[in-house]
Amino acid sequence: MTFDADLRATAGTFAVAVTGRWQPGDVVAVVGPNGAGKSTFLRAIAGLTAATGTLRIGGVDVVDRPVARRGVGWVPQDGALFPHLSALDNVAFGLRGRRGRSAAQLWLDRLGIGDLAGRKPSQLSGGQAQKVALARALAREPSVLLLDEPLAALDVEARTDVRRSLRAHLAEFQGVTMLVTHDAVDVMTLASRVLALDGGAVVQDATVGEVTTAPRTPWLAALMGGNGFYARVNAGTLALDEGGILVAAEAPSSDGAEVLAVVPAHAVTLHRQRPEGSARNVWPATIRDLAVVGGRVRVTLDGTPAVLADVTTASAADLALAEGVGVWASVKATEVTVVVL
Amino acid sequence: MKTTRPPLSLATAAVVGVAFLLLPLAALLDRTPWHALPRLLTSTSALTALRLSIECSLGALALSLAVGVPLAWLLARVEFPGKSLLRAAVTLPLVLPPVVGGVALLLAFGRNGVVPLSLSFTTWGAILAEAFVALPFLVLAVEGALLAVDERYDDVAATLGSNTTRTFFRVTLPLVLPALAAGSALAWARALGEFGATITFAGNLPGSTQTLPLDVYLTLQDNPDAAIALSTLLLALSLMVLVAMRSRWRLTR
Repeated sequence: MTFDADLRATAGTFAVAVTGRWQPGDVVAVVGPNGAGKSTFLRAIAGLTAATGTLRIGGVDVVDRPVARRGVGWVPQDGALFPHLSALDNVAFGLRGRRGRSAAQLWLDRLGIGDLAGRKPSQLSGGQAQKVALARALAREPSVLLLDEPLAALDVEARTDVRRSLRAHLAEFQGVTMLVTHDAVDVMTLASRVLALDGGAVVQDATVGEVTTAPRTPWLAALMGGNGFYARVNAGTLALDEGGILVAAEAPSSDGAEVLAVVPAHAVTLHRQRPEGSARNVWPATIRDLAVVGGRVRVTLDGTPAVLADVTTASAADLALAEGVGVWASVKATEVTVVVL
Repeated sequence: MKTTRPPLSLATAAVVGVAFLLLPLAALLDRTPWHALPRLLTSTSALTALRLSIECSLGALALSLAVGVPLAWLLARVEFPGKSLLRAAVTLPLVLPPVVGGVALLLAFGRNGVVPLSLSFTTWGAILAEAFVALPFLVLAVEGALLAVDERYDDVAATLGSNTTRTFFRVTLPLVLPALAAGSALAWARALGEFGATITFAGNLPGSTQTLPLDVYLTLQDNPDAAIALSTLLLALSLMVLVAMRSRWRLTR
């Protein structure tokens, strides 16, 4: 069923306004900095936070319906399982009648935790609890499924495991899923679309591919593993708002146009000496921080502009990179993508 | 943990405090006519008072539960103007002299009271007097527990199609059950020992309003042994409540 939202919600002094339309089967990653309004938006859809506007699920406006009659499933952070009920009774809570318990068992089986049916939440690991919470929401066959950072509280191993079952079950899920996350891996592995919020407003509503290649804010560019700089077009080059100039292979025509210059972290090359090669963008920078991420080294650089670079561990060793060391950063003009805002 | 050597003056005062608490109880146990206890406790008047005390205290507990749990829920979960005033009113019987409570009840529910139910000097009156002083114990214990329950459980239950009433009985109530039990035990014990409000509002009529504490007070003059026996019985019941609650005696967290 199509999901149409044109919602305005307020939580205290904070207001969130979201308009969007999603199709059955869409898994929407709701992303944004802290305080962007992600959780408030989800709570507004569920009816847990007062909202005005329209909320059409399959064409029917449910904005005035009470929470219990919206057909919306909600999994808050860490699952919030009822601590006094077994896993089975937690899942069966939303199901009525004698067949509720057998249906609940079926859902636990589907998530691969059928043997834990009799356990209390306190006897479950974080990952297992999250799966029970997911089963509890899915068992009601909601039209819209809301997942508020379902993996945030888990350790790395459990996160991988729960992510795998999320992936499997969200693929089968016929409704629309809204998934709040801070993790680009979730965006890439689970979502088909991205809804980016900032300050209570939508800054981008696009496919994952579009957000990866053409993010509309520096925050989004950083989330997807790259650099994003607000800039203005000036005589075929990009004058960055924070200082510095970048040259892009495909320069936009109109002078003064506001754009976002996107540079993937892996496209930034580092050198100890000023490079002689063909790269059009070369500037000096100082290493502020080094972190090893998945076999590569992520280098945070101060400079004009400040930039993130991903280099192999081998070249990091070759270049003897360390905090405080001065280097030259270079980016080919073909690696600079220009997003017209 | 750091072990501190207490200053002598403090230690002495603390020992005096312990003695002050335990000596009277020791004296009571010392003077208890243990061999005559079965006879004294099974006399007609003692049995009548005991039966009445049990009835009235359980009645008061039932009344406290019926109005106290919703009151605690209101205080914990609903925002409304004058809430702190209501909480103060609920707590008042804790600090109010019971005899004042009795006078107030008389003016409210007595023969010429605001609500002319003529409950004064009846068993219902005794129950009402006991409930009046017992209620705060229950409300405070349950309210504290309700405040500690994660409100997201209510939210999740709602998204699972549960209405407020069902959520209360299937989720909220089970989660506060330990506190409810503790509050009930305290309230019951307070009701069982009630004296001032009961004698003022319900009088001292054997068989209908003369509960154990009243009986103790009256028999102390002419039959001290019987009064001591009944006192020991009340002490035993109080200790039972404490033991049953073990570490749950804290009202606040």
